[in-house]
Amino acid sequence: MRFRRISFPTSAVLSVVAMVAFFTLGLNFGIDFIGGTLIEVQSKSGPADLGRMRSTLNALNFGDVNLQQFGAPTDVLIRVPQQPGGEVAQQEALAKVRAALGNEVEYRRVEVVGPRVSGELLTYGIIGLMLAIFGILVYLWFRFEWQFALGAMIANVHDLVLTIGFLSLTQIDFDLSSIAALLTVLGYSLNDTVVIYDRIREMLRRYKRLPMHALLNVAVNATLSRSIITHVTTTLALLSLLIFGGPVIFAFTAAMTFGAVLVGAYTSIFIAAPILIYLGVGRGREMTGDTGDEAEPDPRGRPARAKP
Amino acid sequence: MFYISRWKITAILATTLFVCLCGFPNFLSEKTLQSLPTWAQRHIVLGLDLQGGSHILLEVDSNAVRKEKIETLRDDVRRIVRENRLGSPAAAVVRGSSVEFRPRQGVDLSLAMSKLRELAQPLGGLLSATGQRSAEVVDVGNGIIRLTPTEPAIIERIRQSVEQSIQIVERRVNELGTVEPSIQRQGVDRILVQVPGLQDPSRLKELLGKTAKMTFRLVDTNVPVEAAIQGRVPPDDEVLKGTKAENFQPYVIEKRVMVSGEDLVDAQPGFDQRNGEPIVTFRFNSNGARRFARVTQENVGRPFAIVLDNEVISAPVIREPILGGSGQISGNFTVEQANDLAILLRAGALPAPLTIIEERTVGPGLGQDSIDAGVRAAWIGSLMVAVFMFATYGLFGFFANAAVAVNITMIIGVLSLFNATLTLPGIAGIVLTVGMAVDSNVLIYERVREEVRDGRSAISALDSGFSRALATILDSNITTFIAAAVLFFIGSGPVRGFALTLGIGIITTVFTAFTLTRLMVAAWYRWLRPRTVPI
Repeated sequence: MRFRRISFPTSAVLSVVAMVAFFTLGLNFGIDFIGGTLIEVQSKSGPADLGRMRSTLNALNFGDVNLQQFGAPTDVLIRVPQQPGGEVAQQEALAKVRAALGNEVEYRRVEVVGPRVSGELLTYGIIGLMLAIFGILVYLWFRFEWQFALGAMIANVHDLVLTIGFLSLTQIDFDLSSIAALLTVLGYSLNDTVVIYDRIREMLRRYKRLPMHALLNVAVNATLSRSIITHVTTTLALLSLLIFGGPVIFAFTAAMTFGAVLVGAYTSIFIAAPILIYLGVGRGREMTGDTGDEAEPDPRGRPARAKP
Repeated sequence: MFYISRWKITAILATTLFVCLCGFPNFLSEKTLQSLPTWAQRHIVLGLDLQGGSHILLEVDSNAVRKEKIETLRDDVRRIVRENRLGSPAAAVVRGSSVEFRPRQGVDLSLAMSKLRELAQPLGGLLSATGQRSAEVVDVGNGIIRLTPTEPAIIERIRQSVEQSIQIVERRVNELGTVEPSIQRQGVDRILVQVPGLQDPSRLKELLGKTAKMTFRLVDTNVPVEAAIQGRVPPDDEVLKGTKAENFQPYVIEKRVMVSGEDLVDAQPGFDQRNGEPIVTFRFNSNGARRFARVTQENVGRPFAIVLDNEVISAPVIREPILGGSGQISGNFTVEQANDLAILLRAGALPAPLTIIEERTVGPGLGQDSIDAGVRAAWIGSLMVAVFMFATYGLFGFFANAAVAVNITMIIGVLSLFNATLTLPGIAGIVLTVGMAVDSNVLIYERVREEVRDGRSAISALDSGFSRALATILDSNITTFIAAAVLFFIGSGPVRGFALTLGIGIITTVFTAFTLTRLMVAAWYRWLRPRTVPI
């Protein structure tokens, strides 16, 4: 468990980076949260001429209209910011855009979110996240002791922070499905943490005099093979979605892949377990060596990857 | 943990089989589906992002409802004042959110108040007296009586308006001839309209955007048009503009409504007999017909304006009394405009204006692409996971794959049973479940591996492996379930579909881990009675 001297500072640094990114770059909020109009069009005649479309739409004076290629070269995603003037203004803007683009495009998708709904979605999204964190905290407190609940929360909120930082750095679209991804990341990495904690709890009961860091070592090693295998299967599933799932759910899948695969595994092993020591679990055990006449568990786990 | 009684086995297999079969109707063609009895027809509904269609969220303008309630109260006060000779009806005016009235000299204030109290009806019907009244009648001093509609009364009126609006919206949407539109109330004052297959909702939005309140009123020919343009009109009149086709010509119209559109029983599009122009023919009920006859009799030679939502559609001169209660409206319509007007008149006027606060439309092209992408990702993902499991655990990997396959079939079955909606994120949820469902099996297997390495015999290794792992499986899945449940409640549309499949996936995963995997391993063991566990 000495690696916690490396992993804790690393995590702290990464968290700070994530938060800095969040406060400076900010998230690329989608229309779900800041309102506006999103139109996906397909050019009827070959690859879309973004430049021409951009100048046509800029002439309408709707503010900062964003165009980008989306998937195939014929597909363009147009984003019109929220117009002043309430709900009606959004519909009027949509009508004008349609008139301006005329017949040369086919409309694959149109989404208009007015100011009222966007405000609500944002509020509900944030409340939802907090509610989930709280609900899981309560459940863990109920099943394990408070140090476990707290440790799990710290580790997993850290996951969320890093994922939000990732979304901030990459400026991937952040809309309602991103909240879904964050909640899934939370649930999934808690999955992992709970398995390790379960094992730790079992160890604490069985080997009452084993010092904490050795005990944690054993617990982590014992669950390591299961962790790796599950992470591989989840990664395979998510990769398939990422590559073949199409552009519509790309933002969603990317956030989940980062959160669950990259970060989730790391925190469960390197943060969630060692943090228990800091929270006082197993106090009263000797910190080193001699376990006296208690049966010692042999250091199970894959020998080639034994942790210090 | 390992011995499972015979009836339990039967129960498990029966439930599993039943749920899996529930998914079967999804693969039948539309015709075959219709031929089945209703209880067997339950199937998954594709979300709008997969089917293509429009999702429009409307909000009822509750401020308009409040305003209308106060104005109705004022009119009622005036009626009571007139009936009981309490003073001049015009003295009852709206001030803020109340109606104030000063009875004339010599009228006993408490008498006036008791008469006006007739308007403060108790709320809730005979069966549910809530103790609340519909209005408050207060003496504010200075000889003035103030009546205020109570908040519960207003909320009740808003609720009624929304119910009414839903019916009218239903009628209007149905006129478009679309497939199975869904119109539901959302929250206190919102209506959600979902129309599968509708690609261009512009016409629908136009139909829903109009209140369609039609009134027939006389034009005041005594006021010169110049005065009208400057806005100087007598208090009984107002200036209304004509349609675009008439260059927004201003008219001076009497405020008094002669005949109301509420008395219309039918409206049909048609063509003028003389010049072939598109028109709308209409017919009144007996009440409306009588009034119409009276107005036309008394006002031959005067122009009679047909006003729709404060816009003058046309103002033809009354040439002769119309006693039959039917007539036609012509106003330089196109065929579609005549059609739409007929639809609006038939469906009825909305009690309050509707505003579109959210719109999401997906074309069929994108819908089909999404289905293709989703299904492809699902197959490939499942295949990769299956191959990996087989490579890692051999025979037991095969058991795990079988369990996951049944798992997915059960998810589809449960979704079908509840006619649930499947969206693209929903498909992602199923793929994710595949990745996570194996975890349960992995937990069991890794535990069994440990027990084997510890030197236990095959049977005791399997037994303790299973029992130790099951508690962990439950714990870890519940946390993801909490996240999915929260997401289901705060989410909407496609995201909700994800929460749904994830949540159902977790339940089926725990179920199959506890039952099917155990069954399969137990059966295999009983059949082969091996010495060692090939894991």
